[in-house]
Amino acid sequence: MRPETEAELAAMVAGANGPLRVQGGGTRTIGAPVTGQVLDMSGLSGVVLHEPGALTLVAQAGTPVAEVEAVLADEGQRLPFEPMDHRALLGTVGTPTLGGMVAANVSGPRRVQGGACRDFLLGVRFIDGAGRVLKNGGRVMKNVTGYDLVKLMAGSWGTLGVLTEVSFKVLAIPQAEATLVARGRSDADGVAALSAALGSPFDVSGAAHLGDGAAGAARTQVRIEGLAGSVAYRVAQLQARLPGFDVVEGAESAALWQEVRDVLPFAGVPGAVWRLSVKPSDGPVLSAALKAQGLDHKAIFDWGGGLIWLLVDAAGDAGAALIRGQMATLGGHATLIRGNEALRRAVPVFQPEPAPLAALSVGLRAKFDPRGILNPGLMG
Amino acid sequence: MEMPKPDPQVMAKKPQLVKRLQEVLPTDAVIHEEAETRAYECDALTAYRCPPLCAVLPSSTVEVAAVLRICHDMGVPVVPRGSGTSLAGGALPTADSVILGVARMNAVLETDYENRFIRVQTGRTNLSVTGAVEQDDFFYAPDPSSQLACAIAGNIAMNSGGAHCLKYGVTTNNLLGVTLVTMDGTVLEIGGAHLDAGGLDLLGVICGSEGQLGVVTEATLRILHKPEGARPVLMGFDSNEVAGQCVSDIIKAGVLPVAIEFMDRPCIRATEAFAGAGYPDCEALLIVEVEGSDAEIKEQLDLILEIARSHNPVELRESTSAEESAKIWLGRKSAFGAMGQINDYMCLDGTIPVSQLPYVLRRIGEMSQEYGLGVGNVFHAGDGNMHPLILFNANKPGDLERCEAFGADILRLCVEVGGCLTGEHGVGIEKRDLMVDQFAPEDMDIQMAVKDVFDPKWLLNPAKVFPLEVSRLRRAG
Ligand SMILES: Cc1cc2nc3c(=O)[nH]c(=O)nc-3n(C[C@H](O)[C@H](O)[C@H](O)COP(=O)(O)OP(=O)(O)OC[C@H]3O[C@@H](n4cnc5c(N)ncnc54)[C@H](O)[C@@H]3O)c2cc1C
Repeated sequence: MRPETEAELAAMVAGANGPLRVQGGGTRTIGAPVTGQVLDMSGLSGVVLHEPGALTLVAQAGTPVAEVEAVLADEGQRLPFEPMDHRALLGTVGTPTLGGMVAANVSGPRRVQGGACRDFLLGVRFIDGAGRVLKNGGRVMKNVTGYDLVKLMAGSWGTLGVLTEVSFKVLAIPQAEATLVARGRSDADGVAALSAALGSPFDVSGAAHLGDGAAGAARTQVRIEGLAGSVAYRVAQLQARLPGFDVVEGAESAALWQEVRDVLPFAGVPGAVWRLSVKPSDGPVLSAALKAQGLDHKAIFDWGGGLIWLLVDAAGDAGAALIRGQMATLGGHATLIRGNEALRRAVPVFQPEPAPLAALSVGLRAKFDPRGILNPGLMG
Repeated sequence: MEMPKPDPQVMAKKPQLVKRLQEVLPTDAVIHEEAETRAYECDALTAYRCPPLCAVLPSSTVEVAAVLRICHDMGVPVVPRGSGTSLAGGALPTADSVILGVARMNAVLETDYENRFIRVQTGRTNLSVTGAVEQDDFFYAPDPSSQLACAIAGNIAMNSGGAHCLKYGVTTNNLLGVTLVTMDGTVLEIGGAHLDAGGLDLLGVICGSEGQLGVVTEATLRILHKPEGARPVLMGFDSNEVAGQCVSDIIKAGVLPVAIEFMDRPCIRATEAFAGAGYPDCEALLIVEVEGSDAEIKEQLDLILEIARSHNPVELRESTSAEESAKIWLGRKSAFGAMGQINDYMCLDGTIPVSQLPYVLRRIGEMSQEYGLGVGNVFHAGDGNMHPLILFNANKPGDLERCEAFGADILRLCVEVGGCLTGEHGVGIEKRDLMVDQFAPEDMDIQMAVKDVFDPKWLLNPAKVFPLEVSRLRRAG
């Protein structure tokens, strides 16, 4: 099925008599495998509105992310949350779409400063499981009218509704960027440096540490963006506080962040990949604990240490029991991002929730999708 | 404003209810004498008042859960309350409801600079959250003008904003986790010191749910290191169009001011008479504030001033000292007080696309003539969040009704140009009946379905947000 209008899509969902597998560009093969008829969203494509002076962009959900980025770049703007492109890591082909990005709440290194995809999402239109055309939020930057279902739809992986249109707050591309880089730090020292940078007044827009062996020798990096003079000033201030950090600028700096954003060091390397969100200082603690428990892995720490990409052996449960055991003591959540279908069937891909929370999630799904036909089971 | 008729069966249960509440709370935490329940009869939307059946002031999550279990068991509606500064009537009781106030729950539970968060009980006031960390040069960014009084509880329920949210975002962008007690007394931990949700983003929907999904008792909030400095610049223009264009050009240029505030002529004149901040007598005035070190501030202001000059301002005033900065902000900060000196006022809160600013201001001016009521505009221009202040005389029969009708027309205009009814104050009862102008019936139905899941009996703050007619069947069941 490949609808070309919202009305057509609504009719298809209303008339569906079995499960649907909602697909944007098919580049983010994440979640428990879904059996169902493919609902190809690429026909609902195109930028509906871009108002640079109001920092707003509205587009249909099937619009390629690249197309939106190009439209924005023409006016010197961008999606501020730096969405990851999953293709290299997952070995997928196809064209990432806005709908897929929102459904997965995809946010890159800049999340730690400005916010996630969900924070910049101003409004959604979507079709619920009964085929109703619904809207929430809008196109303005401040809106508390009624419940915020915009956030709920972001990261719901197409299980609550099929997105048809999304609106964003966008921001100007800054004049300059620079990155402070140090090599050879332990995970604990690297993350401590990130914490010092993030706790400074210098408005850091990226703070990552690539653990030893993830991409050669360990690498710790801190990004500053803004007006040229301001970047130079803040870099100097941070260098004074973080001894041993060198500075790279422009394209060289950007390349370092693309590597982290897209988790390139793990692309094409065999193994399963987990994505963990924890309290930043717990990052190195958790990695050390897993090693002590015998779970060999490589780790990339983003978001000041709080976002951990773990590359593990895909055999057995790919470390699921040990990782989830750690999450139970430390708090946070772990998602299996890369694993073959058998693995994604065998272990819960998303962090299992405590019973009362799980009951709320189940209750919400039953309201939004009473027949249980939208990506059923994908989130567990 | 219509409120549901109090349920006589619930009213009749008062003695039994009070007795059960006294069993789980200290005596002084159950307020049931009529003279004392009056203290809770309204919030900052003072035009509407109704004393509750009783009020409770628990001191812990456990006590909150115990209270909710009793009310759930007895079928008594509960209205959560923070500091009662809502401008939308969000904390207005009904005669058959229990006010659950979290004011006694104001402790700091954990401060973590390494991970940049603070965990507090939600009765703590907004300003005292920053107060708890400012000696270490940290702050909590969302800064509603009511920050001295309003509680984090209300901030979360309303997803409150502030003057500096152009850069730092509103409450939802700075909220990491909550402890939530649902109506049946279940205690839930949602989010925490980590970022984003592992499953559905329940935190995102709880923030801004106006006390209808659960009682928030604790919150984990993001804190940031203070900037090195901040400085405002004041600009005067001879038309709203030009000022509006200047706002657009600034935010497009790639400098991100922390605040862009706008005042129109009626407001400028009123504040001048009241506070004497030395504002120019012009059609429209902007205050733009940037942050950073001295050199960084200069770099940003140079760019901003260049943009401003290209719009032929009638006045451009740079601050060279802390005193001058304070003077620039003085008028803006006294604007509400100044308007209040002239008359009673109603403060609206619609948001519009920034590009519609000149048109909307012109239409408001025309409507002001038609209704014969004065209006001043002072608002957060960078994000299009308007605050028209409509002047009326509460003692003059018919004036409040006229003012409300005028306000409703302004809000409908906001929706018509692509905006919304409320940018930061919430719907409450004030904008409840206008929801139909922004949402189709299905759009409200799916929101109410969320409440069905969290609060199946519709006992929590039930008469708010959704028009009574729209929520009638659910409230009855
Ligand atoms: C002079 C003035 C200036 C203002 N300026 C701003 C501003 O700049 N920006 C802005 O956004 N707002 C502003 N406001 C509005 C108001 O201050 C905010 O809405 C504030 O967040 C309300 O907080 P409160 O603690 O007083 O909440 P209350 O008024 O007590 O309650 C507000 C809502 O929250 C719910 N609630 C309270 N506690 C809980 C809880 N524990 N769990 C669940 N729900 C709960 C209530 O049921 C109600 O619906 C202003 C108000 C005034 C009077």
